[in-house]
Amino acid sequence: MMAGPFQPRIVAFVCNWCTYIAADAAGVARARYSPNVRLIRTMCSGRVDPQFVLAAFEKGADGVLLCGCHPRDCHYGEGNYKALRRFVLLKKLLGQMGFEDGRIRLEWISASEAEKFRRVVEDMTEQVRRLGPFKPNGGA
Amino acid sequence: MTKKTKPKVAFYWCASCGGCEEAVVDLGEAVLDVVNAVDIVFWPVALDFKVSDVESMPDGSITVSFINGAIRLSEQEEMAKLLRRKSRFVIAFGSCSHMGGVPGLANLWDKESIFRYYYHEAPSLQGKDGGEPVMRVKVPEGTLELPAFWDTVKALDQVIDVDYYVPGCPPTPQLLANAVQALLAGNLPPKGSVLAGTRALCHECELNSTKPEKLLLKDLKRVHEVRIDSAKCLLAQGVLCLGPVTRGGCDALCVRGNMPCTGCFGPTDEVRDYGAKGLSYLSSIIDFNEEKDIVRAMEKVPDPVGVFYRYSLPHSSLRRKREVK
Amino acid sequence: MAGETKEIVINPITRLEGHGKITIFLDDHGDVSRAYFQVPELRGFESFLVGRQAEDAPQITSRICGVCPTAHHIAATKALDDMYKVEPPEAARKIREMVYNVFMLEDHALHLFFLGGPDFVVGPTAPKAERNVVGVIQKVGLEIGKRVIGMRKDLRGIIQEVGGKVIHPVLGLPGGVAKAVTPEMQKRFAEVADRGFEFALFCEKLLEDVVLGNPEYVKLITSDVYTHRTHYMGLVDDRNRPNFYDGAIRVVDPSGREIERFPVRDYLEHIAEHVEPWTYVKFPFLKQFGWKGFVDGPESGVYSVAPLARLNVSESMATPRAAELRERFFETLGGRPVHHTLANHWARVIEIVSAAERFKELVNDPALTDPNVRTLPTATPKEGIGVVEAPRGVLIHHYKSDDRGVLTSANLIVATQHNSARIAMSVDKAARGVIHKGVVDDGILNQVEMAFRAYDPCHACATHSLPGHMPLWVKVFDARGELVQEIRRDG
Repeated sequence: MMAGPFQPRIVAFVCNWCTYIAADAAGVARARYSPNVRLIRTMCSGRVDPQFVLAAFEKGADGVLLCGCHPRDCHYGEGNYKALRRFVLLKKLLGQMGFEDGRIRLEWISASEAEKFRRVVEDMTEQVRRLGPFKPNGGA
Repeated sequence: MTKKTKPKVAFYWCASCGGCEEAVVDLGEAVLDVVNAVDIVFWPVALDFKVSDVESMPDGSITVSFINGAIRLSEQEEMAKLLRRKSRFVIAFGSCSHMGGVPGLANLWDKESIFRYYYHEAPSLQGKDGGEPVMRVKVPEGTLELPAFWDTVKALDQVIDVDYYVPGCPPTPQLLANAVQALLAGNLPPKGSVLAGTRALCHECELNSTKPEKLLLKDLKRVHEVRIDSAKCLLAQGVLCLGPVTRGGCDALCVRGNMPCTGCFGPTDEVRDYGAKGLSYLSSIIDFNEEKDIVRAMEKVPDPVGVFYRYSLPHSSLRRKREVK
Repeated sequence: MAGETKEIVINPITRLEGHGKITIFLDDHGDVSRAYFQVPELRGFESFLVGRQAEDAPQITSRICGVCPTAHHIAATKALDDMYKVEPPEAARKIREMVYNVFMLEDHALHLFFLGGPDFVVGPTAPKAERNVVGVIQKVGLEIGKRVIGMRKDLRGIIQEVGGKVIHPVLGLPGGVAKAVTPEMQKRFAEVADRGFEFALFCEKLLEDVVLGNPEYVKLITSDVYTHRTHYMGLVDDRNRPNFYDGAIRVVDPSGREIERFPVRDYLEHIAEHVEPWTYVKFPFLKQFGWKGFVDGPESGVYSVAPLARLNVSESMATPRAAELRERFFETLGGRPVHHTLANHWARVIEIVSAAERFKELVNDPALTDPNVRTLPTATPKEGIGVVEAPRGVLIHHYKSDDRGVLTSANLIVATQHNSARIAMSVDKAARGVIHKGVVDDGILNQVEMAFRAYDPCHACATHSLPGHMPLWVKVFDARGELVQEIRRDG
């Protein structure tokens, strides 16, 4: 029997030009926040293929966080809009697959928003902790 | 002096609608050539051979078993494993054995919920609760048994090792004929290959030349909302056609019928999860950047699972709905 | 009798669509006390249709069966017409009905030559290696074999051209069809229709020569072992002539008298389903009488569908040659209704002729080539019920939808299902008739199978379950409950 409360595992896809820098800044500032997030850096939030999100859950993630630059600030122009569109459709699909609200989340976090990054991670960790572990395949 | 014996071939159907078997029959006269070139040792729809005949064959003595249908009952898994032992090659043919197929949509449900509707809640039962089928039941004369019914539908390669796939719902007779010929000639690609096209369907579609370089849609249309112009790319008309994300090889039959591709050949080689790719494709052609506009546009796809995972839910990363309440 | 346990494994049930399992219990004398025909599959289409876009139903439900996908496709399409309260234009309606008759013609031919027919052409107790289409071809000759194969190919080519695919066609839309028929297509189709009619006459002659001309077979067909006196149900037009595409549901009692006639919309007032714990298929019955068990007779709720039933509910036929054949059928077999299950094979041949004639009528109709084949729906969808005559019987699709056109529920009563009670009774009766003193062999068992094969059952349809081919399993138990024989056929 594992001791202690459930520790959610959250995979965060963060874009190189914005959120990654914010996360780095949070680290440099020694901000305190839950260690439950694993960061995966991509050059743009538009790089995040929905297959990555599903693979994360397949491999044991309990939640997935997608982060990119604010609208109009994308380093490559429109990548973040693509991420937004995918997110909307993915949420709808995952809802049909039995996912509760809150297991996937999209946030725009700019390079200077280290505090926002910290807050979002804390918030999501708590929310996923409340939702409980995600069991892929429904135990099939 | 050894007599040249004909290669032994078996056809078997698991959780199948029979369409793949019909596709074999649709080889037409060519089926007679196949019948002459090989020794069909097992083919339930047409020939009266027994499982015990298969069981008594030496392992590996069947050159190839073509297995269609999804795996839903333990007996089907047993037959799949039996044929695997007895065969040199196993070919999964049809969407159901390839990826789970349309019956895979039952992975949004489970045994309990399916039984509950079918035996207790359906309107034609008139509210009379007559019980439901059980695995063992005593009747006045003795005991009767039924096979167990699983919660989750599986594709063939989720229960046995599969050598090749012939995709489609159903595969075209041409693809089947090609597969049989390749086998007989010993001319096979690397193990695990899908024996169809390697590029997306658009490349073989007659309407490809009318597909815009940069496709951007402000308005999606469901198929019953619009008269489809048969001379123009369906996507350009706002109809969601999955040609761009679907493996080719079928000659775009549905498009020739003036309806969009629904993805029965599954993904191309580079893609792991077909539905995710389909979803991604749609996202890239919707021409809106504000969340509320995107949400509104996506109202034209009220059923993403049915649209993007119609044939491939068991094979997807998630395989099934988490829990059925 | 001390069981001398003989293991006979019939593995699989063959030459039908689907699986089944037969368990036969013997009494002390080695005679049959009861035979149970179990259908061990359930798929759950009605469950996973919930949440689907309504316009996808015709293509999703066609996956219930790859042998008769067109039946489900068209039934679903008609249910959508009803759901959206939309009428297809004349050309669309005629295209649908034409495709439908082409489908009935080729599907019945499949059964005649590949599935049920071999029992008659090569013989019911012929060695099993010959009881199949290859044996048929050997018997009738390669030329004829090629003619059958070629005819089906051309017919199916038409369905493919108009419907995109022949296995799982795509033409059905609420208010119309996806593709129009051009004059050029019509000309080519008309040529096929002419040959189709010749082919139908050829099938009729084959039946006469091989079956009706053989007194042994006639004796078999009219024997009591394969006879049940039940009610019959079929779709008829306003002159009580069978129509595959549309009509009212008519029911006659075992004496041939009409006892019910209703539009499919009212089906729940007339038909209910019964559940048994030993099989996955449900048993529809007539509410008027209630479920009285697996019994014949005018007071029983059991009824039958498909070719024999369709003839039994008819007053005449809508096409001339078929009408003549119908006359001869009833004259030969002692008047309407005919209760001999094996007469289904003959009735099926008459339907081959009627489908061929109707195809010819429709293909030559000038309205067929009108380019307007769509009426776009505008109403908010709510609920729709559609009906066709599938090759194997009355097929009902019933859907409910939300405002967006997403299905909230589905109820399907599928062809072979209506026959499931009578099939169970036929197998029981046949087993009792042919198994005596515990003697069971391959030929005898095939005669039991002939009892269900006559219905051309489609268990994928009947259970709209995830197909399954379950082996046909015959277990023979003696009075002590000891397993005497087991015959398994894996499907």
